[in-house]
Amino acid sequence: MISRTLVIIGGGSAGMAAAIKAYDLGVKDILILEKGRVLGGILNQCIHNGFGLQEFQEELTGPEFLARYAAMTQERNIEVWFEHTVLNINANKEITVSSPQGLVIIKAQAIIFTVGCYERSAGAIKLPGDRPKGVITAGQAQYYQNILGQKVGKQVFVLGSGDIGLIMARRLTLEGAKVLGVAEIMPYSNGLNRNIVQCLEDYEIPLYLSHTVTKVIGKERLEKIEISKVDANYQPILGTEKIYEVDTLVLSVGLIPNLEIFNNPKFVTSSTRGLLVDNHFASEIPGIFSAGNCLHVHDLVDFVVKEARIAATNAYHYLQNQNEVSLQEFAVLKAKEMGYLIPEYIRIHQSDTAVTFQFRVRFPILKARIKLLNAKNEVLFQVVRLYLIPSEMVSLEVKAALFLQNSEPLHYEVEVLE
Amino acid sequence: MKKLICIICPRGCHLEVDENLNVTGNFCSRGAIYGKQEVSNPTRMITSTIPITGFMVKMLPVRTKEPVKKALIMKVMKEIKKIVLDRPVQAGEVIATNVGNLGVDIVASATIDKETKQY
Repeated sequence: MISRTLVIIGGGSAGMAAAIKAYDLGVKDILILEKGRVLGGILNQCIHNGFGLQEFQEELTGPEFLARYAAMTQERNIEVWFEHTVLNINANKEITVSSPQGLVIIKAQAIIFTVGCYERSAGAIKLPGDRPKGVITAGQAQYYQNILGQKVGKQVFVLGSGDIGLIMARRLTLEGAKVLGVAEIMPYSNGLNRNIVQCLEDYEIPLYLSHTVTKVIGKERLEKIEISKVDANYQPILGTEKIYEVDTLVLSVGLIPNLEIFNNPKFVTSSTRGLLVDNHFASEIPGIFSAGNCLHVHDLVDFVVKEARIAATNAYHYLQNQNEVSLQEFAVLKAKEMGYLIPEYIRIHQSDTAVTFQFRVRFPILKARIKLLNAKNEVLFQVVRLYLIPSEMVSLEVKAALFLQNSEPLHYEVEVLE
Repeated sequence: MKKLICIICPRGCHLEVDENLNVTGNFCSRGAIYGKQEVSNPTRMITSTIPITGFMVKMLPVRTKEPVKKALIMKVMKEIKKIVLDRPVQAGEVIATNVGNLGVDIVASATIDKETKQY
């Protein structure tokens, strides 16, 4: 069995950022396991710009952003094993890997899990009707168009207003396709404002809110789709059906953290559908950390690399002092207005100065007071925030000193002010 | 009065720009600059891909060197579609200058050589 100090699973933006940070802190025995042939993961096909504004104060394309991180990884001679797919991780941190040379088992002292997310499919949303060619996810469309240079369709409709869907609406328009519209089942967009403006409004592509696809029609190739308006319970309203003749339906209906490897009930999942982590991005298995889109889906790569660095710093602390005892430990429950909350479990260490919470709201709120309360309903912390929308992650920093006297579960409440 | 959503950062400030190009509703100074620019002379960076032959990789991601006037987007795209490359290229290298006489340069946004593997 091979032994390594730190193994990073996934060589995308989170994996590279974690490796670089751990190396700079003094962990030299690092191995990145990457299933593909290149570093950078999904950034390879994200040829659009808008990456790196926070990280480099520049607006870069995906390939440009990843090239900078790949260069920093290579400068440090951090070892990367390509075409190595992790099949299993057990509680002893033994990693089973499928490689071109066969199965390999690697024993790690610490692991950072950064494998990204996958797209929700037609089956996952129970898309009604036929299953012809031409119904593809936005990420697949992006791969065909940007990596293989293959035309995706001529008459296109997009279901779901996720960012990649909006970006592909623009991309396919620029490539000569006619994008007839974007349907979103929710009464608000799920994409970032900049993408609504630059990808839809710029090209006069209509966005149909509170609409969904109620029928897919086509024998071999997609021929038509039926769109209907939905009511407040997301049920189609009879009589609102409209038929669009399209050859392609692009699905942008959500991203889900990839947790395939952890089919072991010992690994607890959280409200994000990623691994349950504490405020150090540490999972319930000591020495296994997680960051990036496999923990929760981020708005920007800039947030991904920042989170990966924090996870790497904590992995470094773990390697230095594996027996560190928490001063306090307790769970934190999300408010019902929150789609998810990270972390949902807190371990206060001697060195902690603050705890950062990240969450998304389930629906747009103009103005809200966010309160953290204890079991006696006493408010420990509160803050007022404006313009909360599901497509933008909210981040709150709370001083660790507030928790030194606390050992019982806390809970969040969101008071909607406007 | 024109109402806009600021797209400089994800905050998405709700801006109002009056006839004299005075901007309100912006959280930071970049929003004021954007509001003014978006009403008087809107520009966009165009990104696309062009075929590259002789390598493992089939397509080279490219972008305009500078943001271009919104009205020129489709014209520039038409020019980008004419470009084909059959040699190694460095990220940041200008691969076509003043395309279609539009005053726009096209830049490679990735390095491709014999070593480059297909994603």
